[in-house]
Amino acid sequence: MTGSPARDRRLLAAIQDGLPLVPTPYAVVAERVGETEVAVRDRLRDLIESGVIRRFGMVLRHHELGYRANAMAVWDVPDARVDAVGERMASLPYVTLCYRRPRVWPAWPYNLFCMIHGRDRETVRGQVAEAAKAAGIEGLRSEVLFSLRRFKQQGARFDIAGDRAA
Amino acid sequence: MDAAARARLLNDYQRDFPLTSQPFLQIAAALGTQESQVLEELRGLMVEGVLCRVGAVVRPNSIGASTLAAMAVPPERLETVAAQVSAHAEVNHNYEREHRLNLWFVVTAADRARIDAVLRAIEAETGIAPLDLPLQREYRIDLGFDLS
Repeated sequence: MTGSPARDRRLLAAIQDGLPLVPTPYAVVAERVGETEVAVRDRLRDLIESGVIRRFGMVLRHHELGYRANAMAVWDVPDARVDAVGERMASLPYVTLCYRRPRVWPAWPYNLFCMIHGRDRETVRGQVAEAAKAAGIEGLRSEVLFSLRRFKQQGARFDIAGDRAA
Repeated sequence: MDAAARARLLNDYQRDFPLTSQPFLQIAAALGTQESQVLEELRGLMVEGVLCRVGAVVRPNSIGASTLAAMAVPPERLETVAAQVSAHAEVNHNYEREHRLNLWFVVTAADRARIDAVLRAIEAETGIAPLDLPLQREYRIDLGFDLS
């Protein structure tokens, strides 16, 4: 069966809290969405192969695994250099995520974001410094924002009332 | 389940989770254990909070839209404002960070118009305008977290 946005949203909504932890989880999901189990598994495979589903598997919480120092390191990198710098930083094994976002003057002057999860702040600060050096951006304006309290962490919701694409 | 099997379970199935009819049976075979043991271990990890879910991480802005937002909240109001932000179903991550901009959250919705509406609602409820920092380019994608 081919996908449609509405069908894909329905399928993703049916697994947004995770697969049921039962021997045949896809059969349960199939029942929820009114499709056959084979259709559900085939469509998930298509969504993974096309890259809509970035990864499919266990989603873990860093903090509970002992990675308590969660840093968002940010830099103000000249626009002409930011892509090359971002690619370099992304190649470092301890950089979990790396992306570019817009600056919002004057409140937020940074355009390059790297997430680093470590066991302690000292190690993470060292990795931030090493990453800046590796990418050749030592001396550029930068900050490291460690996370403190987590108020909410869950997967994206695909079943919200008012969604017009459904 | 022994420690080695548990470590492999955590490390090896963050992506490419089996799409077979009985995926936990397949994992059990790979780890040299029983299906019931795998299911029991995963339920335990959920209760401990280590495991958020067995499921999909969807590419940003492929199905729907998302943004990262930040607010500078007076410290004495932070818990209240954080609760107001978290109350929106479209907010899926919401963290305090050590900065003048001390509340950071991700908004995910069906389309950009809905995100704008959520950000406006949060501003109306709290009197604080969130900064809107949508993704422009990803240099490293989420491939899971290497525990080895």
